[in-house]
Amino acid sequence: MIRRIFPHPYLSALLVLIWMLLVNRFAWGSLVFAVILSIAIPALTEPYWPDRARLRNPLKILTYFLLVIWDIVVANIQVALIVLFKPNRKLQPAWITVPLDLRSPEAITVLAGTITLTPGTVSSDLSQDGHALLVHCLHAPDPESIISDIKSRYEARLKEIFE
Amino acid sequence: MEFFAEILISVLLVCGGIFGLVGSFGLVKLPDQMTRLHAPTKAATLGVGGVLMASMAWFAFFGDQPSWHELLITLFLFMTAPITGLMLAKAHMHLSWHPDELPHCGRDHDWATYGNSADRSLLDARDEAGSQRDHHE
Repeated sequence: MIRRIFPHPYLSALLVLIWMLLVNRFAWGSLVFAVILSIAIPALTEPYWPDRARLRNPLKILTYFLLVIWDIVVANIQVALIVLFKPNRKLQPAWITVPLDLRSPEAITVLAGTITLTPGTVSSDLSQDGHALLVHCLHAPDPESIISDIKSRYEARLKEIFE
Repeated sequence: MEFFAEILISVLLVCGGIFGLVGSFGLVKLPDQMTRLHAPTKAATLGVGGVLMASMAWFAFFGDQPSWHELLITLFLFMTAPITGLMLAKAHMHLSWHPDELPHCGRDHDWATYGNSADRSLLDARDEAGSQRDHHE
């Protein structure tokens, strides 16, 4: 019964939180409306997201989030330096293929999003069988190190969180 | 105390402005479409982030109550920026890259952008129409 009402419990919790932050001050009326939304929206979108996302280790999300924020700040400075001071002819853009050990679609989505948000890399495509990501690098003198960086820094942590 | 708060907010605003400017400059300076994609998805993220942090600090120090909207803007930005980047990259791959120019993904499969599993029916219909036309000619 409870699973029928909350097909995606994490999504429902997130919706309540987002609605309360949108309202910006606490009132019981908004909390009731937030709960109504947290039941209605997952129910309406369930056909598009039939599988339940499993989280093995939800607490590690916080450390992952802080790590990604830190990397975004570092990435911004690196990219800004490349844009400002590196002449275009010295730039070495490259496509790289990142083989994936992750299998859950939610984990792969988070990994692709993280890659796009961090150091000079944009995830551009997924292979048809979902076993590899196509990533474009702004400046990649050593593509192998970028692949191992992505795998050890992000993919290993996501594997702990999701699988 | 107020003086330091003002300095902190000003520094955040100026930093945000600089990163936004660098992101826009990257759009002009970088050589091709794929590299140009990098400048706005990164530098602009911290540009917006700096302004949002300044706004949160202002409300914390001088406003009536703390404001949570900036956290939400950050969250929505983190969720939408990668999708925009992915869409732009895919459109660009369709327009100007041949599958052979990209690294291979390791197995017999192709990259999803070039694959036909998603809209096989559409492709089949077009092939049939094409072969019929050849037949008539």
